Amino acid sequence: MLYRENGQFKSSYRSDQQIFPILQDRIAMVALLVLAVVIVPLIASPYLLTAIFIPFLILALAALGLNILVGYCGQISLGTGAFMAVGAYAAYNVQTRIDGMPLIASLLFGGLASTVLGVLFGVPSLRIKGLYLAVATLAAQFFVDWACLRLGWVTNGSSSGSVSVAGLNVLGLPIESPVQKYLFALVFLAVFALLAKNLVRGAIGREWMAIRDMDVAAAVIGIRPVYAKLTAFAVSSFIVGVAGGLWGFIHLGSWEPAAFNIDRSFQLLFMVIIGGLGSIMGSFFGAAFIVVLPIILDGLPYWFGIPIDTATASHLTFMIFGALIVFFLIVEPHGIARLWSTAKEKLRLWPFPH
Amino acid sequence: MRKIGEVILDVHNISLAFGGVKALTDISFDVREHEIRAIIGPNGAGKSSMLNCINGVYQPQQGTIALRGKTFKHMNSRQVAEMGVARTFQNLALFKGMSVLDNIMTGRNLKMKSNLFMQALRVGPAQREEAEQRLFVERIIDFLEIQPYRKTPVGRMPYGLQKRVDLGRALAMEPQVLLLDEPMAGMNVEEKQDMSRFILDVNDEFGTTIVLIEHDMGVVMDISDRVVVLDYGKKIGDGTPDEVRRNADVISAYLGTSH
Amino acid sequence: MGFFLETLFGGLMVGMLYSLIALGFVLIYKASGVFNFAQGAMVLFAAMAMARFYEWIPKWFGFDNKILANVLAFAAAVLVMIAVAWVIERLVLRHLVNQEHITLLMATLGITYFLEGFGQTLFGSGIYKIDVGMPKDPVLVLEGLFAGGVLINKEDLYAAVIAAVLVALLALFFQKTATGRALRAVADDHQAAQSIGIPLGRIWIIVWSVAGVVALVAGVIWGSKLGVQFSLSLVALKALPVVILGGLTSVPGAIIGGLIIGVGEKLSEIYIGPMFGGGIEIWFAYVLALVFLLVRPQGLFGEKIIDRV
Repeated sequence: MLYRENGQFKSSYRSDQQIFPILQDRIAMVALLVLAVVIVPLIASPYLLTAIFIPFLILALAALGLNILVGYCGQISLGTGAFMAVGAYAAYNVQTRIDGMPLIASLLFGGLASTVLGVLFGVPSLRIKGLYLAVATLAAQFFVDWACLRLGWVTNGSSSGSVSVAGLNVLGLPIESPVQKYLFALVFLAVFALLAKNLVRGAIGREWMAIRDMDVAAAVIGIRPVYAKLTAFAVSSFIVGVAGGLWGFIHLGSWEPAAFNIDRSFQLLFMVIIGGLGSIMGSFFGAAFIVVLPIILDGLPYWFGIPIDTATASHLTFMIFGALIVFFLIVEPHGIARLWSTAKEKLRLWPFPH
Repeated sequence: MRKIGEVILDVHNISLAFGGVKALTDISFDVREHEIRAIIGPNGAGKSSMLNCINGVYQPQQGTIALRGKTFKHMNSRQVAEMGVARTFQNLALFKGMSVLDNIMTGRNLKMKSNLFMQALRVGPAQREEAEQRLFVERIIDFLEIQPYRKTPVGRMPYGLQKRVDLGRALAMEPQVLLLDEPMAGMNVEEKQDMSRFILDVNDEFGTTIVLIEHDMGVVMDISDRVVVLDYGKKIGDGTPDEVRRNADVISAYLGTSH
Repeated sequence: MGFFLETLFGGLMVGMLYSLIALGFVLIYKASGVFNFAQGAMVLFAAMAMARFYEWIPKWFGFDNKILANVLAFAAAVLVMIAVAWVIERLVLRHLVNQEHITLLMATLGITYFLEGFGQTLFGSGIYKIDVGMPKDPVLVLEGLFAGGVLINKEDLYAAVIAAVLVALLALFFQKTATGRALRAVADDHQAAQSIGIPLGRIWIIVWSVAGVVALVAGVIWGSKLGVQFSLSLVALKALPVVILGGLTSVPGAIIGGLIIGVGEKLSEIYIGPMFGGGIEIWFAYVLALVFLLVRPQGLFGEKIIDRV
């Protein structure tokens, strides 16, 4: 009853092809934006912002990038951490070595540096796929781990690979307080989400999905597998690289290579699987899930009066993550996003049974 | 009334082997523009392999293929697609994760020109292009009578309708030559009649040359202009349906003889 | 020259450990087509079990004999690994039978995380010792050939011998026993094997159990040398480049691949490493695997991968 499309007719293909064709969805989106831009900064505590919202926004961006590669184009990658690292360190280098470099430009440059690496490691995908490609991306992960630690020019001379940034601002407006950082990250996420959505519902998105679903048939239609795969790697690593820069600059402030190690890669992959492969929304769901879960697990003992020490809590987190991955893969391989859209389908009929 | 034109596709001495298995031995035949040419033969005769060679999916060890007078030793799938050859697949190679509409839209990819950045911003030319291609695809959807299913994921559709989507995707490429690999496999009588009608309409209205692999003899004899018969990778018959029907070799290949 | 040989032997020994882990990997892939990312975690889980049971069993039953403790601990660990295999088959594999490789791979990733958390919950997260009575002192060999001789770790020699025996046993198992034949049939064609009455589920439990026992042996040898702690799972990931090099379906490939990687790592670290600031061990194996993937994806001994339309 609430979600019926009755009376919503489209008189042009353009309006049928828009991102939110159903009116109720558009209203919901506006409400969400108002909530995110106005209400959250007003009522959320600085702790909430720094511990939950900011990491959520940045990891959602990274998950978005990874989803394009894994979910839409079907190319597995276990080296996402490496791409984030490249984005972070490249942005750092540009920001510190060039006086007066605007923050946004540094971050975008970080994305570009990551794109170069992404295309490079995309080349193997032209010959190998699946598990073999996964191992190839591991090479990227471990190589970048080492490079950030040992190659002096990457870290501007720091011997342990740890670097830090300060005094961030955009055209004189400081990006220091949690609210400012939150809004900064939010803007990045919103812009990239829109661009990504446009790409995946356009011609290139269809090419990516064609390669994912059946690459032999794709070639026969005239889709160039090389172009499709390399653009997927390029776009994905650009977004992930920018996210890496944001993670270092906005969330961490100072970091070392370990911030982008293989655990980070797995974490992002889990977000994408649990959230929903091949879905922009799914990236958000997955990021929210993975960011919030440890906090709930940490807090559960207090709510239920069962004391669990932090070590056990982190072990439990591992177990629950692992179990959830398997659970989702068996029960709903398309993740939370599919559960969400199934719920919406049911909602369209509500309160009627069919 | 269509007129059958000059030779558009010429297959010369094609031989194809996988390891020790000879799929095709020394096959030669031609296809004329605007005609409907059937390839028939018992299972395992090499019919799909022949289409795969024309299409660039397999590379034959020997022989050449001439398309519009240009001779090739090796066909490249994308090149072939750009030269106006489209095909459907025996096992439906549809993109299961996408809707009917999106599947057919992929067929328009060769015609879409806007680059990555324009698509990301989706303004002006990119937006217009999406709408234009959508219009073209909608006409194909009307033609194939699958309007109610346009937003359904193809994986959820019944087999007969999936076959139509496969055809639609090939038609979206605006091909001059259409290779159909068992388009009526697994269909009942009504569905076969519908599919035959579509094929004849495509040939009639757009003048598309059709090369068709089919097992249903009734359909083949009814709609084709000429027939090639393969058996164990060799050509054993070539001519009009009537000529082929009377060919002793063809009869014995289908009925089997004691050697 | 002596130093070179020492490095070489050191590399061979490490390589032997990699091979053992890779062996379990190949077993599972051959018989169930699953790329078991969790192999490293299984090695650690098994080693954990062994180390802790060795401590606990004497306490529970009140005796002091070290050899008996080791034997019982080993037996208990074997049972644990069989239980793990059973649970994995029942809860995970059975439900993912017809899924694509990527799904199965990601499921084993989930299993990895689960085993890591579970292992630490059950067995604790400290560093534990395994003491199976391996001699720890080094021995000087080849004194006649090279002045001063070459220093080799006795423990490593024992490890190599054990590994060789294990490989021989496995080879015998596959070739000569009925179960071994059934496993090879399943590896060849799941459906055909089922149609001649081979019970797929049971086979998978057997395979994963055998792989679990292989993991246990690898874990014991490794743990005896380096102590058992969960951060070692990163080192265990090295099994992946090993099987890429050797070929996913080849047992001799796993051995040779492991040796090549072990030696390659050590030699490159000593001789090439200093040029780049050292520490190249963490990526050498993977980059080598990457090169192989571009040039010869099936590895040295694997079967060629064919894509059918």
